[in-house]
Amino acid sequence: MSQTFAEKMLARKAGLSHTVPCQIVEITPDVALSHDNTAPIYGIFQRMGGEQVFDPVMHAIFIDHAAPAPTTKHAENHRIIREFVDEQGIENFFDVGRGICHQVLVEEGLALPGEVVLGSDSHTPHAGVMGAFGAGIGRSEMASIWAVGSLWLRVPESMKITVSSQLDPGVTAKDLALKVIGDLGADGALYMSVEWHGEAIQSLDLSQRATLPNMMAEMGAKNSFIPPDEKVIAFLDGRAKRPFELVYPDPGAHYAQSYSYDAAAIEPMIARPHTVDNVLPLSEVVGTRVQQAFLGTCTNGRLEDLAAAAEVLAGHKIAPGTRLLVIPASSQVYLEALKAGYIETFLEAGAVVESPGCGPCMGNHMGVPAVGEVSISTANRNFRGRMGTKESDIYLASPAVVAATAVVGSITHPKDL
Amino acid sequence: MERIIRGRVWKYGDNVNTDVIFPGKYTYTVSDPKEMPQYALEDLDPKFAGEMQPGDIIVGGTNWGCGSSREQAVVCLSEANLGAIIAKSFARIYYRNCLNNALPAIVSPEAVDAIENGETIDVDLSVGEIRCAAGTFSFPPLPAAVMEIFEAGGLIGYTRRKLGADA
Repeated sequence: MSQTFAEKMLARKAGLSHTVPCQIVEITPDVALSHDNTAPIYGIFQRMGGEQVFDPVMHAIFIDHAAPAPTTKHAENHRIIREFVDEQGIENFFDVGRGICHQVLVEEGLALPGEVVLGSDSHTPHAGVMGAFGAGIGRSEMASIWAVGSLWLRVPESMKITVSSQLDPGVTAKDLALKVIGDLGADGALYMSVEWHGEAIQSLDLSQRATLPNMMAEMGAKNSFIPPDEKVIAFLDGRAKRPFELVYPDPGAHYAQSYSYDAAAIEPMIARPHTVDNVLPLSEVVGTRVQQAFLGTCTNGRLEDLAAAAEVLAGHKIAPGTRLLVIPASSQVYLEALKAGYIETFLEAGAVVESPGCGPCMGNHMGVPAVGEVSISTANRNFRGRMGTKESDIYLASPAVVAATAVVGSITHPKDL
Repeated sequence: MERIIRGRVWKYGDNVNTDVIFPGKYTYTVSDPKEMPQYALEDLDPKFAGEMQPGDIIVGGTNWGCGSSREQAVVCLSEANLGAIIAKSFARIYYRNCLNNALPAIVSPEAVDAIENGETIDVDLSVGEIRCAAGTFSFPPLPAAVMEIFEAGGLIGYTRRKLGADA
């Protein structure tokens, strides 16, 4: 029986020969990812009667969402997490400064092909860049996994997106993701497993590829998968924390929906306030005044993203009245950007370079906008109030567009700089 | 669990996201469930938190609860004893969070179109019916595996049982 990636993965994990959409299975994940919410999850775990976690090896814990702590309350939260980690003997713990959970999970060789990552974070589908099944869950569900080691999942229907040819220079996976989300809508893949196929996807570097499963959360997807190829295998060589097995969908598998895109026809795109599917070609939005530009996040805070922005910024200064915040997605990205000279370029241009983590993405700290201000960001969400105040507009675009906008002070196509 | 829920309807649109249900800036500073209801729907309908009564019912459009996985966007409502949420469709993590907190999450596009904001309606969980001024609409029961969690009062009670913590 031909199966999609999700059907095959969940069958393997449930010890079944096959599964069908809507079937409910109980599985034990290979990775249970939690971040700053580890402290409240610990509280729920205790209310459930939990004492020892089911398997400390399964855990990957990160402090990234409000890190370093902006307030005493946040610091207390971090303290509880460190105590929990010590008490339970959890080794995969990444403290303040290491970076954003989804990026660090990949860097640490903990997101592996053929494995299931469940995370108490909606962008857990990110792990699909490595050929893993990554899905977001709630806090109580995570506490329950800690306690009993398993969780029920509904086998999702699958969507296949095939992207032919190649993206033009200056057009990125971010633009492709925005184009697809704009076309299919914020609930276009609700409850579904989204698979990316085609030569345009295989020709992308891993950094750009990661943007696609990361952003499928914005289309309602449960998980998203990119078939692991030689680039993934080379990346994991010497890095993977465990042996892994490559899992691919079968030829002839049934997809509830299939779409085809021609990469060469994609142009730079932008999401306007206040929903991610409110997408237009960049050319139709140029000229909008912007007070804050933000380069970072799990969506676009990797080395290649910083490189694209540095290339635009070289020899330029940030416009008066506009701020550019740069937050590398991880300490490894930061170090490599430093060695490559990108950090110097950012500082010379007048940008603010901050420590790795989520930064102001969900309005916690490190540069939230004022009432009435307009932001442009490389993040994945622009919901009203997302960055702290509901009286603020957020546009989403690729790193090069964010950089060009910071230089001009209004939304700008990099080619017009 | 209450089998018949009667309450006033608070009706909203499509794609209502978790940031407007429970703003991200509170996610790591408000951790006591009892403190959460005061922020419910803060950036969507500032009147809601002050005026909603236990048993009231939220009616939403498609993709209710999209965005972040934050469970507080459900707990801020379940803790206030909201009766149910009826929507055309739910974002998947939000839907799971509802069931895991024993908050009835009902999918009924026809009922959503028919129900008027502010009217008082009945939701009968035992027979799977929504009764409003425009008529009666039925909805399918939960899958058995999930119903067990619901009957335990949510995932906390369910896991306690599984661990034998109440024995």
